[in-house]
Amino acid sequence: MLAQQLLNGLLLGATYALFALGFTLMFGVLRVVNLTYGFYFTAGAFLALWLTQAGAPLFLALPAAAIASGLIATLLDWLLLTRLRRAGADELASLMVTLGAVLALYAGMTAWLGPDIRRLPPGLIAAGALEAFGLRITLAQILILAACALLVGLLLWLMRGTRLGLAIRAMAERPDTAALMGIATARLAALVSFVSGALAGAGGVLIGLNFNAIHPYMGESMMLRGFVVIVVGGLGNIFGALVAGLLLGIIEVLTAGYISSGLKEAVAFALLVLVLWTRPAGLFGTTLARKA
Amino acid sequence: MAWFDDLLFTYQNLAVALGVNGLLALSMYVVLAVGQLSLGQAAFMGLGAYSSALMSLQLGWPFWAVLPLSCVVPVLFALAVGGPTLRLNGVYLAIATIGLGEVLRGVYLNVDVLGGAMGLSGIPEAAPLWLIYAMLALAVLVLWQVGKSGIGRAMEAMRLDETAALSMGVNIRRYRLATLCASAVLAGLAGALSAHSTDFIGPNDFGFEPAVTILSFALLGGIGSPFAPVLGAWLLTLLPEVLRPLADVRLVMNGAVIVVAVLFLPRGLLAWRMPRHVRPGRAA
Repeated sequence: MLAQQLLNGLLLGATYALFALGFTLMFGVLRVVNLTYGFYFTAGAFLALWLTQAGAPLFLALPAAAIASGLIATLLDWLLLTRLRRAGADELASLMVTLGAVLALYAGMTAWLGPDIRRLPPGLIAAGALEAFGLRITLAQILILAACALLVGLLLWLMRGTRLGLAIRAMAERPDTAALMGIATARLAALVSFVSGALAGAGGVLIGLNFNAIHPYMGESMMLRGFVVIVVGGLGNIFGALVAGLLLGIIEVLTAGYISSGLKEAVAFALLVLVLWTRPAGLFGTTLARKA
Repeated sequence: MAWFDDLLFTYQNLAVALGVNGLLALSMYVVLAVGQLSLGQAAFMGLGAYSSALMSLQLGWPFWAVLPLSCVVPVLFALAVGGPTLRLNGVYLAIATIGLGEVLRGVYLNVDVLGGAMGLSGIPEAAPLWLIYAMLALAVLVLWQVGKSGIGRAMEAMRLDETAALSMGVNIRRYRLATLCASAVLAGLAGALSAHSTDFIGPNDFGFEPAVTILSFALLGGIGSPFAPVLGAWLLTLLPEVLRPLADVRLVMNGAVIVVAVLFLPRGLLAWRMPRHVRPGRAA
């Protein structure tokens, strides 16, 4: 029983981690608390829904939805934040702009599509499940785990194994100096937005698959969890977000299983506050540049 | 004056919301004025609302006794969590305070006497409209007087440059805790007044979304004087009403207005900064 709960928690945590990775990347490199981030999650889920309804197989719908979410993220970042970045505005201003934008985006989506919960077409993934050692894992869950592992691996390779990643880390450390060293910071900012948005979109598709419930405001409840994960992991810290995401999933599932499902969020947030009180920079409190 | 009574009757809820949101905007203003991005206002409001509702419903206390006590509860909470929380800065502080709010929301949802997800209803509608506006006027007046004094100067110094303020002898820790308590009083007051004029409160009235809405009041208005956040709150409360003919699209417009306002008026709608006297005998 406990092993099964841990497995379910790990799965949930993997999607949290995936979502939070993009968020922490955006925060660490662009230094913006971008509240529109949750919208890319919703956008990814809806795009995958429409693509699969149109008959596209999942292995095409997932990357297509992720790429499209990334493009939306790049466009919104350019529309909303270019002006503020040029003026050197403080983080409050960017917080506020993205807050207004995300209110408009969710409301627009609800006005257009209605607040109903939609479901992915049946039979998208074979309904089978593997059973071994008394544990049960569905094919959908295996797919989620594999996709998360693949995307996290890709991100780590991009950040640590390529010159592009080096440039991104340089920009995270000191944007001015990076620009003087010949790094095209504006273009790089667009790229980081794209990667973050794509991660959020992929997270949306996978969570949509896991719970099979897609609605315009699904990104909003995810944003709160995203905050918990990136703060506990240390803002901008990719490794920290990964560990914290997995931890959060396991804690939520264990609380729901052994205490009360109504308390799972309260417990998660109580832990967040305790971490902040005792380790104000997060459990793995260093910056993206030094750690990623 | 029959037409005035009609008007009040039609727009009773709106009139209450304008007054209460004005108080909440001031509660946000107090912490922003010392440069603290503390987002606990919705949580303080919830504590005020829930404690006042319990005192009215369970203990049957009269409203004049309930109202001041409902400000004490959020202050006690602020004092309890303030020590470790106020060591945090910027986004960390914002997220910690949102986290505390979510913990409280979890408590409201899971404790039976607090009504769970159904919330509390049947709260006596004991708060007269004039009292809400009297409180708002009093709060603006007090904040104006404090802002003009040496305390206001110290607060502005803290916001602009903490290190410089510290070296000039401003007790930063004490100011932070004091402003957090003042913020708790204003939000608790708003919560109790709102609970006693709408008869119902629920856990989701005090979650993440209200917290950022309250922040948007103060940011849209500006923090140059106590009038600015109230103006912001009134505009953002009136806007959905004015846009009502647009039906579904009005929330979209609401968000778009915030975006445009911040992009083009980064210091808020009312950027005017309140005058502060220079102490006699010193150069300006």
